[in-house]
Amino acid sequence: MPIRAENIKYVYSEGTPFRTLALDGINVRIDRGEFVGLIGHTGSGKSTLIQLFNGLEPATEGKVEVDGTQVGEDKKKLKLIRQKVGLVFQYPEYQLFEETVEKDVAFGPINLGLTREETDHRVKEALELVGFNYKKIKDASPFELSGGQKRRVAIAGVLAMKPDYLILDEPTAGLDPAGRNEILGQVKKLHEVSEVSVILVSHSMEDIAKLVDRVIVLYRGKVHMQGTPKDIYSKADELERIGLGIPQIASIVRDLRNRGFNIKQDILTVEEAKEEILKEVRRRNV
Amino acid sequence: MFRNLTIGQHYPVDSPVHSLDPRLKIVFTIIFIISLFLIESFLGFLIVAVFLTVVITISKVPLKFVIKGLRPILFIILVTFLINLLMTPGRVIFTLGFIKITEEGLRQAGFMAVRLTLLIMGTSLLTLTTSPILLTDGIEALLKPFSRFGLPAHELAMMMTIALRFIPTLMEETEKIMKAQKSRGADFESGNIVSRAKNLVPLLVPLFISAFRRADELAMAMEARCYRGGVNRTRMRQMKITRGDYAAAFIFTVYIAAIIMFRIW
Repeated sequence: MPIRAENIKYVYSEGTPFRTLALDGINVRIDRGEFVGLIGHTGSGKSTLIQLFNGLEPATEGKVEVDGTQVGEDKKKLKLIRQKVGLVFQYPEYQLFEETVEKDVAFGPINLGLTREETDHRVKEALELVGFNYKKIKDASPFELSGGQKRRVAIAGVLAMKPDYLILDEPTAGLDPAGRNEILGQVKKLHEVSEVSVILVSHSMEDIAKLVDRVIVLYRGKVHMQGTPKDIYSKADELERIGLGIPQIASIVRDLRNRGFNIKQDILTVEEAKEEILKEVRRRNV
Repeated sequence: MFRNLTIGQHYPVDSPVHSLDPRLKIVFTIIFIISLFLIESFLGFLIVAVFLTVVITISKVPLKFVIKGLRPILFIILVTFLINLLMTPGRVIFTLGFIKITEEGLRQAGFMAVRLTLLIMGTSLLTLTTSPILLTDGIEALLKPFSRFGLPAHELAMMMTIALRFIPTLMEETEKIMKAQKSRGADFESGNIVSRAKNLVPLLVPLFISAFRRADELAMAMEARCYRGGVNRTRMRQMKITRGDYAAAFIFTVYIAAIIMFRIW
């Protein structure tokens, strides 16, 4: 069962001079178990779209369905939808509020009305999933942790609700390379060990290229392209035109090709590029 | 939820009212408030209503927008109305159990409600047509003479600028945190008063933390740019009285004259 969005339109501040059409006729489908990258320039409508997926905002036109249930149709089902579609906002560390990490992560499960044991079990599981030693971290105050740690606690807070779809809005924004790799690595692992679908929202091509099965490119509130990362990055010029780059390594490969080196075009990782360049060097020496 | 809040919100269009000198607009607003308290009859309010309608029309702010600003204080208007209705002694015209409504009460209640409505509409017009920055510039200029007596005019204005500047930011922040907590199954909309208040904790704690953090950052950024209060500071925009301001002053004087005449007569 998928998330389906049909003909979505979303208008901000209707009836004022600030009126803007944030989403304009969006049709997307996200299947169970998929790893999807949602990319777009600032203001392309990414963040708005994901808020429609778990019913935080109602679509102005069109409908969103999660596993066959129309979002927003029945207010009582919103909680269920929010459990199914876990949304991790940008800078999620700013939502922490409890005295201890354990209590904060338990906030979601308690709101779902789970039993004490089930909650404890889930909190432990979620904190371990994001790479913490449960015993060591559980009684710490979330406000004493480092930025990256806080963020992982916040992500654990959503994971503890056991969503079927996990949406992460710029999960690496403002982190150093180590923190970045850590978070992305954990997301990847999570996707591999569970059946959760992951939607990764980003404007960083580097992050997305390595991880996702499918990329959806938003531009000015519309789906501009979608396809596998290789398909998408082969249209480098088009991506640059709409204000998105391609991974550095892909642009190096493109430049080499333009200068007459016979290298494969659809390269996304440094490893692949190394192989190809070495092959080309050997060919030329012979 | 917060998008409907108009008090303190600027409606940025280009109109003669918008381009008036902020100092004048503030003075006009104060006099306008006083004029409302000079009025003793409903007919007098008609003059105010006509004047206000004309000003709103000139300002190009949709009437709908101004009226929307009344929503947050509807409750206060209602309470005032009821208190006046039930507490004013006089000739009883209606009784139901212990409730007695008097003719004077009805009149007084209607009177207060109209007065409050006009008051809010008039004052919200000031903030609707003046950007917060201009508004505080105006306040600072008007308070300047009092700095001789030790009134920290610049500091007050700066505090106000900052407070106004952060209203939308904090609202956005509130909305964001609210959404994040809702995503974790938080419920801000149902339950009785006690449980609702308790449910606000996950919203208020992060909000206060972020407000303090912002204050710290702002203070640091201001110091980094050598801010040290109002002494010897000059302005990029000097306020000057223009021909349009004279015209507005004339119209306003006519309005005040009409109100005073009406009262004497």
